[in-house]
Amino acid sequence: MKKIIIADDEHKILMSLEYSFKKNGYDVYIARDGMEVLDFLKTMVPDVILLDIMMPNLDGYSTLDLIKQDEKLKDTKVIFLSAKNNPRDIEKGLEMGADAYVTKPYSIKKLMQQIEEMF
Amino acid sequence: MNSFALFFVVLFYLALLFLVAHLAEKRRSKRWINNPYIYALSLAVYCTAWTYYGSIGVAATSGLNYLPIYIGPIMIIPAWIYINTRIVRISRVNKISSLADFISLRYGNSRSLSAIITIVCLLAIVPYIGLQIKAISETFHLVTETPMSKDILTDNATFVVVLIALFSSYYGTRYVDASEKRLGIISAIALESFLKLFFIIILGFFVIYFAFDGFSDIYEKASKFEDFKEKNTFNGIEGAMNWMVLCMISATAICILPRQFHTAIVENRQEKHIRTAIWFFPLYLLIFTVFIFPIAWGGRLIFDGQKVNPEFYSILIPQHFDNTLITVLVFLGGLSSCISMIIISAITLSIMLSNNLIIPYGLLGKLKSESEEQNTRSITNIRKFSIFALIIMAFAFYKYFILKTSLDSVGLISFVVIAQLAPAFFGALFWRRGSYKGAVTGLIAGLVICYFGLIIPQYYFSYNQEFKGVIRDMYDAFGFFTIPYLGRIPQIFFWSMLVNTSLFTIVSVSSKGNYRERNFAELYVDIDKYIQNHENAFIWRGTAYISDIQNILERFLGKSKTEQALRIFNLKYSIDSKTETADSRFIKFSENLLAGRIGTASAKILIEGVTKEDKISLKEVLNILEESQENISLNKKLTEQSEELQKLSDDLRTANESLIIKDRQKDDFLDSVAHELRTPITAIRSAGEILADDDEIPFDIKQEFLNNIVTESDRLSEIINDILYLDKLQHGEISLHIQENNIIETYKKALNPLLHLIQQKNIHLSEVNLLNQFIFEYDEARMIQLFQNIWGNALKFTEEQGTIQTKLFEKDQKLIITIFNTGKHIPEEDLEMIFDKFYQSKNQNILKPTGSGLGLAISKKIVQAHGGSIKAENSGLGVTFTISIPGKIKKENTHEVEHH
Repeated sequence: MKKIIIADDEHKILMSLEYSFKKNGYDVYIARDGMEVLDFLKTMVPDVILLDIMMPNLDGYSTLDLIKQDEKLKDTKVIFLSAKNNPRDIEKGLEMGADAYVTKPYSIKKLMQQIEEMF
Repeated sequence: MNSFALFFVVLFYLALLFLVAHLAEKRRSKRWINNPYIYALSLAVYCTAWTYYGSIGVAATSGLNYLPIYIGPIMIIPAWIYINTRIVRISRVNKISSLADFISLRYGNSRSLSAIITIVCLLAIVPYIGLQIKAISETFHLVTETPMSKDILTDNATFVVVLIALFSSYYGTRYVDASEKRLGIISAIALESFLKLFFIIILGFFVIYFAFDGFSDIYEKASKFEDFKEKNTFNGIEGAMNWMVLCMISATAICILPRQFHTAIVENRQEKHIRTAIWFFPLYLLIFTVFIFPIAWGGRLIFDGQKVNPEFYSILIPQHFDNTLITVLVFLGGLSSCISMIIISAITLSIMLSNNLIIPYGLLGKLKSESEEQNTRSITNIRKFSIFALIIMAFAFYKYFILKTSLDSVGLISFVVIAQLAPAFFGALFWRRGSYKGAVTGLIAGLVICYFGLIIPQYYFSYNQEFKGVIRDMYDAFGFFTIPYLGRIPQIFFWSMLVNTSLFTIVSVSSKGNYRERNFAELYVDIDKYIQNHENAFIWRGTAYISDIQNILERFLGKSKTEQALRIFNLKYSIDSKTETADSRFIKFSENLLAGRIGTASAKILIEGVTKEDKISLKEVLNILEESQENISLNKKLTEQSEELQKLSDDLRTANESLIIKDRQKDDFLDSVAHELRTPITAIRSAGEILADDDEIPFDIKQEFLNNIVTESDRLSEIINDILYLDKLQHGEISLHIQENNIIETYKKALNPLLHLIQQKNIHLSEVNLLNQFIFEYDEARMIQLFQNIWGNALKFTEEQGTIQTKLFEKDQKLIITIFNTGKHIPEEDLEMIFDKFYQSKNQNILKPTGSGLGLAISKKIVQAHGGSIKAENSGLGVTFTISIPGKIKKENTHEVEHH
C-alpha cells in the first residue's frame, strides 16, 4: 500500500483528495501546513507528497527544501498542487526539485493517473 | 648722490620689475596675479611724471588747476560699469587689441581710418613719452646734482632710457596675438603703481610732519602768501569754466588714451574686475591729490624767493633737508610713473603701428606667402622694433623739441589731440547712424584745429621763438573766434570738439553708410544681444571655400592650431567637417583668428583676397539684421517653448511611470483575483468530480460534498461581489449617504447578525462607551459594513474563549472606534500592508481568509471616503484596530439619545 501525505490549508480541498486517494488504496496522511508534513516525516517515509504552496506556518517551497535535504526521502515523489498557475511559478517549482507541478483546479482522475505513472 | 650709485639703484629697480614680470608670467593662475586689484592698480598708469612732478608745479603756480586732471576721471569712472563693460565685450568677441582696431572696426573695418587713428595716437603720444624721458633725465641729474651732458652718449639718462626700451620690447611682445593678456607687464605696472603712491605718501608725511608742524602749520604759513587765496579758489565764473573744460578733457582722456584703453580693455581678464576698479581707482587718485597740496605749498614756503622749478619740489624738498633716502624714493616713484607710461604706451602704439599701419600698408603681401614660423617672427620683430624705435624717437623728440616746455602743457596737448577720437569712439558705442565719412571728416577737422591752435604755437615757439608773416595774419584772422575767458588749451578743446562732433553728426546723417558699417554698428550698439553668437550677427554673402581660408589661417596660426580652431567652430555650430564652402560665420570666425595677430583691417583684407564677396545693399543688410533680431527673439521663444516641452515631457514621464506601476499593480491584482477564484473552484470541481464518478459514495459524505459545492459557490460570488464593490469604491462610483446617525444604534445593527457566530466560538464580547453624545454624520450602511469587516477579521484570529472589545470615544472632535481582539500579533512590518487587497493570501504565514480576502481593503476605503483613517497596532495580548472619523459633530440632548 502506497503512503501519501496531502498538505493543503483548504479543508474542503483536503476532504475530496483524502476520499479519492483512500478509495484508490492509498494510505493517506492529512496535513494542514508544512510543519505538519515535517511532523509526519519524522516517523515515516511516504511514497508521494502532495504540497500546496501557500500554506500558513511553513509554505510549500520551504517544505520541499527540507524534504530535498533528507537522504532517506530521495525516492519520495513530491508534487506541487497550487492555484499559482503562471509559467514563472511552475518553472520555479520544478527547478526546486518537485517531480510535478499540478495547477488548481485539477481533475482528480488525471492526478491519480499521473501519480500511478511515476512508479 | 653719486651718479653711478643712482644708476645702479635704477638698474636694481628695473631688475626687480623684470623679476615680477617673469614670476607673474610663470604663475598666471595664482591669486596674487589674477585678482581685481592688479587690474585696478594697472589703470593707475594714468598717473605719469606729470602727476608726480607736473601737478605739484601747477598747484604751486596756478593753484586749483591741478585738480581737474583727477576730478575729471573720478567723475566718469563710475560710468565704466556700463561703458567699459560693453567695450570689453565688443573687444573680446572681435579680438580687438587696440584703440585703432576698436574705432575702425565699427566704421566698416576700415584700413584707412585705422591708419589715421594710429597716426593721431603717434602724434599725440610720442611727445608725451618724450615728456616722461625728460622727467627721468632731469630728475636723474637733479638727484645726482650733475649738469646735463650735451653729449647723448655720455649722458647717464640715455642709458636708463635704452634699458627701459629693451625691457618693454622684450616683455611687450611675448605673444604674437596682440589681444592676449600680458600678465607679466601688467603685474609689474601694478607694482609700480603701488610704489609710486606709497612713495608720495612717504614724501607727503615727510613734508607735513618733518619739514613742517602738521598740515595746519603749512596752511597757516602758506596763507600769508598774497596769491594764496586767488590760487585756491575758482576765480569766479571764468576760472570755473576753464576748470570745467579741463575736467572734461581729462574725463575723455581716461577713456580714450591708448594706454588707458590698453590696460582697461585689452588687458581686462574678467568683467567683474571693472566693479572693483570703479571704486579702487578713484580712491587711488584721491589719495594722490590729497598729498599734492601740502607738497606744493610746502615747497613754495621752503624755496620762497629762490629760483627753482616748482615741478621738482618733490625731489628738491627732501634734498633740501639732506635726506638722501627719501630723495631716492621719490625719484624711484617718479621713475615708476614714467616707466609704466612709457612701457604701456610703447606697447599699444607698437601694436597699432604694426597692425594698423605697417602690416596693412606694406607687409601683407609678403606675409601672405610665408610660413607660420616666419610670419610670427616677422610680426614680433616689427613690434619689438616699433617699441624700441618709438622710445628712441620720443627721446630724440625730447632732446630737440621740448627741452624747455613744462610737463603740464605737453600732457594737456596730448589729451586734447587724443580727445579728437571721442566723437567716433562714443558714437561707436551708442549711435547706429554714425558713419565712416562722418568719423573721418570730424576727426580731420578737429586735428587741423589742434594743429594750428596748439601744436604750432607750442613747438614752433619753443624752437623758433617767434613767427611772423602769413601765418601771423592767419592767426589774427582766427582771433575772431577767441573766447576771452578761456585759456588757450580749453579754448582749442572747445572749438575742436564742437567742430568735430558737428561734422561727425551732420556728415553721418546726410550720407548713406556702407553696409559693413551698419553691420558693425548693430553689433556694437547691441553687443549684449550678440555676445553669445556674434558670428551670426556678421553679414556676408558671396563665394568662399574653407580650404582657401584654411590656407591663409595656417600661415599665421600654424597647422595644428588652425585645425583645432576649425574643430571648435564646427562643434559650436554643429557643422559637418566635410563642408567645403564657407558661410558668413566662418568668415567672421577666421577674421577673428587673424585679428589679434595682424589687426582687424588686415584680417579683413587677407580674407577678402581668397573670397568673392557679393555686394549687398544697405537695405538688405537692415532686413537681414532685422530678421536676425527676430531670429534671436524667435530663438528665445523656442528656448522657452522647449523648456515648456521639457517640463511637459518630464510630467509625462512621471505620469507614465506611475501608470506602469499602476499597471503592474493591476496585473498583480488580477493574478491575486484569479488565484482567489481558483481555490473555491477547485473545491467545487473536486466535489463534483467525485459525485459524478463515484456511485458507491456513502450518503453522509455525498451530503457533505454537496454542501461544499454550495458554500464554495457562495464564497465565489462573495469574492466577485467584493471585487466589484471595491472597484466602485475606488472609482468613487458609490456615493455616500451621509446623514446624522446615532452611533450606538448603528453599532447594535451591525452586531446582531454576528452574535450567533460569537457565541458559537465562545468569545467574550465587551464594549466601552465613553461618548458624551451619540449623533455623528456618516453613511450608516457603510458604517455597519465597516464594523462587520473588522469584527469578522477579529473573530477569525481570536482563539476560542478569547475577547473582543469595542471602545467608542471622542478626541479632537473626531469619533474614535477601537476594536481589540486577543490573538497572535501581526508582524510589525506588515501592520500597514494588511489593508492591501488579498494581503492574507499573499502572506504565507497567515491563515487563509475564509471570506474574500478583501474585507480590510474595503474597510480602509470606507474610512477614507469619510475622510478618516484606520490603523492596526499590536497591543498587549492582541491586536487593536483604531478607526477615526472626523464627523461634523452635532451636539444633541443626551436625554433624547437615551430615549432612543
